[in-house]
Amino acid sequence: MKDKYQKIVDKYTPKEAVFYNTIIAFIIGGIMGIIGELLIEFYQYYFSVSSKEATVCMLITLIFLSCLFTSLGFFDKWVNFCKCGLIIPITGFAHATQSAALEYRKEGLVTGIGANMLKLSGAVIIYGIIGSFVFSLIRMLVGLV
Amino acid sequence: MVYLNAFLFCGLVCAIGQIILDNTNFTPGHITVIFVVVGTFLDVFNIYDKIVLWAGGGALVPITSFGHMLTHGAIEGYNQGGILGLFNGTLNLTSAGISAAIIFSFFFSLVFEPRD
Repeated sequence: MKDKYQKIVDKYTPKEAVFYNTIIAFIIGGIMGIIGELLIEFYQYYFSVSSKEATVCMLITLIFLSCLFTSLGFFDKWVNFCKCGLIIPITGFAHATQSAALEYRKEGLVTGIGANMLKLSGAVIIYGIIGSFVFSLIRMLVGLV
Repeated sequence: MVYLNAFLFCGLVCAIGQIILDNTNFTPGHITVIFVVVGTFLDVFNIYDKIVLWAGGGALVPITSFGHMLTHGAIEGYNQGGILGLFNGTLNLTSAGISAAIIFSFFFSLVFEPRD
C-alpha cells in the first residue's frame, strides 16, 4: 500500500529541470557580471572617479534598481525565473531587504519595518562579519599581515 | 576581454549556487551565507584580489565580493590601528552597500504598496 502511494506521489511531483535551471542561472549571472563591469567603466569614464569609488557607485546603482523593481512588483517574477542568477549577485541582498520591508509595513514603522527589515539579509551581514573577524584573526596569528 | 572573464566568473558562481540550491534542502538564505563566508575566506590569502584583477566587475557583483570587502577592511584597519582598527575597519568598505540597501528600501516601502 505504502509503495503504491509513494509511486503515485512520485508520478505527480513536478520534476525540476535541474540542468535548465543551471544554464539559466549561468547566463543571467554572466549578464549581471557584464552589467557590473560596464557600470564601473561608465562611472570611471564620465565622472572620472577612481576605480574604488566607481565600484561603490556600481553597487549603489544595482541596489537602487533592485529595490525599485521589487517595489514595482516585477522583480519577484524575475527571481522565480532566474533563481540564483539574481540571488547570488548583490541584487539578491537588496531584494531580500526590500521585500521584508514591504511585507511588514502594515505592522507599523518601528515594530514592522524597523524590526523586520533585516530579517532575511541580516544573516548575510552577521555571518560576513563573524567570518571576516575569524579569518583575519587567523591571518594575524599566522603572521601574514 | 575583461567582459568575457566577467561573464564567465559571475555566471560560474551563480551556476554553482543553483546546483547547490537544486540538490540540497538549503534555502536561498543559506546559499548567500555560504557564499559570503567563502568570500571572506578567499580574501585571507589574497586570492580574491587576483580574481578581481582577472574578472573586473564580474568579481565585484556576486555576494562573495561582500565578504571579500569585509575581510579587506578588517585587515586594512589592523594594519593602520592594531587590534582596535580591526573593529573599526571591518565595515569600512561595505558600509555603502548596507546603508544604500536600508535607505532605499525604507523610503520605497513608505511610497509603494506591497503587491502580490
